[in-house]
Amino acid sequence: MTFSIATEMPPEHNSVASAHPEKAEAIISIKELDFYYGDKIALESITLDILKNKITAFIGPSGCGKSTLLRCINRLNDLIDIARVDGEITFEGRNIYDPSVDIIDLRRRIGMVFQKSNPFPKSIYENVAYGLRIAGVKDKTTLDDVVEKSLRSAALWDEVKDRLNESALGLSGGQQQRLCIARAIAVEPHVILMDEPCSALDPIATARIEELMLELKKKYTIIIVTHSMQQAARVSDYTAFLWLGKVIEYDVTRKIFTTPAEKLTEDYITGRFG
Amino acid sequence: MKKTFFTSGTPFIWLTGLAAALGLLMIVGLLLLILVNGLGIFWPQNLQQFTLKDGSVVLGEVWEKETHDNYDTGREETRYRIKTANRDFYGLDFRWLKEDDISERQMPPTAWVLERQAWGQFFGFIIRLSNNGVALASDELNVAAQLPEWHEKMLAAADEIHQLEKGSIGSISMQIENMRLEKRKVILRRDTTTASGRAALRRVDEELASLERQYQELEKELMQRITDSRAITITLRTIDGQEKELPLIDVVRMWQPNRMSAPEKAGLYAARVWEFLSGEPREANMEGGVFPAIFGTVLMVILMSIAAVPIGVLTAVYLREYAKQGPVVRAVRIAVNNMAGVPSIVYGIFGLGFFVYTVGGTIDQLFYSEALPSPTFGTGGILWASLTLALLTLPVVVVATEEGLAAVPRSIRDGSLALGATKFETLWRIILPSTSPAILTGTILAIARAAGEVAPLMVTGVVKLAPSLPLDSTFPYLHLERKFMHLGFHIYDVGFQSPNVEAALPIVYATTLLLVLIILTLNLTAILLRNRLYARFSVTKI
Ligand SMILES: Nc1ncnc2c1ncn2[C@@H]1O[C@H](COP(=O)(O)OP(=O)(O)OP(=O)(O)O)[C@@H](O)[C@H]1O
Ligand SMILES: [Mg+2]
Repeated sequence: MTFSIATEMPPEHNSVASAHPEKAEAIISIKELDFYYGDKIALESITLDILKNKITAFIGPSGCGKSTLLRCINRLNDLIDIARVDGEITFEGRNIYDPSVDIIDLRRRIGMVFQKSNPFPKSIYENVAYGLRIAGVKDKTTLDDVVEKSLRSAALWDEVKDRLNESALGLSGGQQQRLCIARAIAVEPHVILMDEPCSALDPIATARIEELMLELKKKYTIIIVTHSMQQAARVSDYTAFLWLGKVIEYDVTRKIFTTPAEKLTEDYITGRFG
Repeated sequence: MKKTFFTSGTPFIWLTGLAAALGLLMIVGLLLLILVNGLGIFWPQNLQQFTLKDGSVVLGEVWEKETHDNYDTGREETRYRIKTANRDFYGLDFRWLKEDDISERQMPPTAWVLERQAWGQFFGFIIRLSNNGVALASDELNVAAQLPEWHEKMLAAADEIHQLEKGSIGSISMQIENMRLEKRKVILRRDTTTASGRAALRRVDEELASLERQYQELEKELMQRITDSRAITITLRTIDGQEKELPLIDVVRMWQPNRMSAPEKAGLYAARVWEFLSGEPREANMEGGVFPAIFGTVLMVILMSIAAVPIGVLTAVYLREYAKQGPVVRAVRIAVNNMAGVPSIVYGIFGLGFFVYTVGGTIDQLFYSEALPSPTFGTGGILWASLTLALLTLPVVVVATEEGLAAVPRSIRDGSLALGATKFETLWRIILPSTSPAILTGTILAIARAAGEVAPLMVTGVVKLAPSLPLDSTFPYLHLERKFMHLGFHIYDVGFQSPNVEAALPIVYATTLLLVLIILTLNLTAILLRNRLYARFSVTKI
């Protein structure tokens, strides 16, 4: 099955967007996506639309396939030898699994922030400039500008502006995670994927990153995987509940958390399992 | 009760501590032995004169005192090992003296120690200084007063002669050699019946003739200088009255230990240590310095690293990052690991067969055919020795690098790829820099192994005495085909192959100390470098 709200909607519109009059346009649409690790199926006929300039949260018990789904969107799963994909994901009108798609270009447009902060063993400056350098930007002033802008957007500039040439590994966990966000937005992606970005952070650092996400949403589309119901409720506009590789329910966050359509969703949200 | 004592782990802790202490003791003991013996030999000892009960006299340095029970009498006996030097008079450098035989001891203030070009040291007296047989000074005091000045002059003259030999004459004889090869090339490659061929041959012949004239002139000058300088002689007298005349130029260094103050001795000590480090060997390597061997060792290790590290790193990168992990790669990995355990002489023989005969022989045939049958690259040389050692140390580098690569977390790779980097960019910009400390660790291990390895060198290019260094001021500066000297081989050669092992022992200790120090320095440099890289690139903190 696909997600449940589909049944409540007019049959020709199999998407959340139609349920909401405010003009929201789908930047990514996933259709009938199956994903296998070898023989084992990890995602089964996933169909959902991600709306532009919104924050979409994926929730669900551990091992249900949230990270797998996220990594399908920027094709990071390609590196796993045994992985296999069926179905399609359309991003800005093109199927990203089409052989003609340039993966490098795709990944530049779909940035990612990981669960564990993973700054490169380089200076703070070089971490942020990395994406641009890869893209062939050499001009020093351009780099300087972008580094400053990205660090400001990630609310890190004031803390690191005097130590840009020090190793990024000397930063605190929260700072490192914001650095990774700055690194991701430096290449001006259209979508940012975040896989449990706050799981290793304390409440204050978490709050800062959540604030940041609400700020970034004006320019970017954000997909976040989280285990914290509160976080999903606080920051996201839409929430998808995954269970055993399937989307059980996908709707406006408020609705999911107040009047879920499915019993499973309610059980999970209220903490009866997972 | 007993059981709890054992299970408490206390005996085990003692055992581990004991093992560690034992290991430490062995290392410290070895170092101490080498240190004491290696550093002691350059100290100018006093010369003692022993008058024996039978009336004979002995002059020498006391090297050892030994107490043991006499078999026949059962009495305790003391004896001394005396270095008497004067190999040309006595045939031996050392003799034993029994305490009971000695009736009197003295320290004659006028006794000299001479370091000579031949026959080792001389202990005794200088009774005359003459020029062409005419005495300049004929009593010990006058001689002692005039000697330093004359010796200075002689050393300068020796220097000039050396310059002439190595410099002008060396370069001319090299040009002559090149011209001869040129001539053979012309004969081999061109038709000498044609006009142009004959002209080429004639040109070469003329050039050759002119060079040979220059050579003869220089040689005549050299001969003249040598005869001139040998006119100044000193007359030596041993303690037992034997006399001998010696050209002063053959004396390398001279001192009167019994007259010297401690600071003077310290100065002499430093000078002798410096000579050992920077000088060339004399007398079948038993005297003089070991500079060529130091140079050869270090250069060989550097060449080895240049060959082994890039290849090892590339291999590791392929195995770990690109090759499809499976039984084949696993088999290759096991094979590489086991290569580290193959005895080094096997590598040496492989190096001889493959590098020297096959590769070197082919190079000779292709590029140096005019010099054949005398080989250029087709014989042992520093290049082949270094490559053989590179082969030997390759597994170490591969294993260390692979471990380093495996230690770079997946999340960092993903982070780079997610920013649109290709696999190669990720490898080049992120993974390899993070792996550099591990690569250096591999290099350290490789250097430590290569610098101490002797067996494979013996068949691939090390020699007892190399006529010239592999690096010099004549084009192309780095002569990779040359044979070279090596400290490890030097130890073996001097310690076990020299005609007078007993006299050579001190230099063996000193050379051993030096080899240990060089390996230590190389390792320390690499370790310091690695620590700096760790500080910059460590990924363990993430
Ligand atoms: N590289 C892989 N090879 C094989 N199976 C994998 C691999 N990665 C994930 N899986 C399996 O796929 C399923 C989904 O994993 P995924 O990491 O997407 O779960 P998740 O929802 O992100 O869980 P969590 O909340 O714990 O991060 C799990 O059963 C997992 O064991
Ligand atoms: Mg996950």
